Amino acid sequence: MGSTITEKILAAHCGRETVRPGELINAEIDVIMCHDVTTTPAIDLLKTHGNLHVAYPERVVIMPDHFVPNKDIKSAEMVAKIRRWAKEEKIEKFYEIGRHGVCHALLPEQGHVRPGTTIICGDSHTSTHGALGAFATGIGSTDLAAALATGELWFKVPETILFKIHGSLQKGVFAKDVILEIIRRIGVDGALYKAMEFTGNVVEEFSVESRMTLCNMAIEAGAKSGIINPDEKTLDYVQAHSNKIFDVYTSDPDAEYSDVIDIDVSDLEPMVALPHLPSNGKPVSKIGDIPIDQAWLGSCTNGRIEDLRKAAAEMKGKKVARGVRMIVVPATSDIWRQANREGLLDIFMEAGATVSAPTCGACLGGHMGILAAGERCVSSTNRNFVGRMGSPESEVYLASPATVAASAIAGKIVNPNAYKQD
Amino acid sequence: MKGKAHCYPRDHINTDEIIPARYLNMDQERELAAHAMEDIDKTFVKKVNEGDFIVAGEDFGCGSSREHAVWALRGAGIRAVIAGSFARIFYRNCINNGFLAIECPEAVRKVHTGDSLTIDVKSGKILNETKQESYTFTPVPDFALQILESGGLMKTIIQKVKA
Repeated sequence: MGSTITEKILAAHCGRETVRPGELINAEIDVIMCHDVTTTPAIDLLKTHGNLHVAYPERVVIMPDHFVPNKDIKSAEMVAKIRRWAKEEKIEKFYEIGRHGVCHALLPEQGHVRPGTTIICGDSHTSTHGALGAFATGIGSTDLAAALATGELWFKVPETILFKIHGSLQKGVFAKDVILEIIRRIGVDGALYKAMEFTGNVVEEFSVESRMTLCNMAIEAGAKSGIINPDEKTLDYVQAHSNKIFDVYTSDPDAEYSDVIDIDVSDLEPMVALPHLPSNGKPVSKIGDIPIDQAWLGSCTNGRIEDLRKAAAEMKGKKVARGVRMIVVPATSDIWRQANREGLLDIFMEAGATVSAPTCGACLGGHMGILAAGERCVSSTNRNFVGRMGSPESEVYLASPATVAASAIAGKIVNPNAYKQD
Repeated sequence: MKGKAHCYPRDHINTDEIIPARYLNMDQERELAAHAMEDIDKTFVKKVNEGDFIVAGEDFGCGSSREHAVWALRGAGIRAVIAGSFARIFYRNCINNGFLAIECPEAVRKVHTGDSLTIDVKSGKILNETKQESYTFTPVPDFALQILESGGLMKTIIQKVKA
């Protein structure tokens, strides 16, 4: 019996030939990413438990992103504490304002994600990095402290569900629509504790950035990780961003899966997930008139350059509807500069949108676009839980960047023009 | 382990509801505790006494990895969460903190708010003294019990690093 890519990576990181689902292992961690919200408690845990130090500072990458540029004194104190600690522990990879970005967009962009590696972060959307064939998973602050102190962490080897995504996507339908459809089908706990492995011609045809969108939202189905077997596109991307060597693992043809789910996406329409669960997906054409107060474009799910391009294509020469606030948040500093060079930021601002510095911001109700009671936002983010972007009486509708942009122009949630024209 | 039940039988209670992100510029247990479950039940903190339990539906703790959710509940006095099932990262965070997360769908169906419960981890039973019933729960895995008994993951990490 063969192994999945996830089992192979985990086996290689605990010094074993093979591992099987359900086994408990201690795995070496190659990359430990730290952001502002979950790292300060880990620092406190290390200091209050025998003043433990970072075992491998070279494996640590610090990327404050949630409340940066700092929104208030408390969040400024948090990052100040992380800066002091990084200096004490001689951690050199610290992405300060100006080089900063939303951690899951920044980590691969800056070459820290390589196939076959293990990556953890005190953030649920760490599953994003499986798009490059790494085992990447979100953990809490105690796990983070443990990994910082020892360079390893306990895991239960997950079962894997294989998603075969095939067919031919219609114009105006994107990776975000595909993952919203998958979560609609299996539910927010449909892959609980499991790895979601994505394959099929649609995944092969996706850009690396679109694959990141797919893996990013694996956690919204309860999964431990999302993962895609590396191919030429993966290797091209990684070699363009990193000069470090790596091992490529791929799933064996006879690997064992807990389930295999075939999805033909040829008839898939642009999707929107209604409040208050990511699994409440419906085709945009079936939701009727839903006027919006805000349109938010950004996040680790959909704040990359291809997302901004798709949104700009919808907005070029048009105006954001009266009464709608559109906020564009390029996910990293490099993406911001690239969007600026391509004239995308001008398109957004001439349409009447505002463009912010990179931040997680309002995606998690932090800052930069918080909603008041009774307000409604269409957002390219990943969660639409009660109060996620502000008031518990506000509403978040999840959609692709193109749908968010088209909706900002229309003043209500509508299909992208790219879809309608076809 | 004995306390009163506070029932929130809905499925998918997420960590944004357990501790909203607007409070994540804080990380101290007592500060977070004041806002525990605020977006589900504004009176939660007032109702809970030290040693009480939450009883909830499936997939409790889904969403964000914020361990602040465990700390907020523990700070508010909650000793254990009994649910149909748990989201993965929340479950890890419970184990790592030596905080009990018990899977017991039967209790979720039968327990009502105010019932007096006793949890016996060793025998894997919950005794409902109010209703004179007993429910068997999925045994807490051995490795989790070891972490619980040693007082959390960091205690075992110290031993490992200092050894």
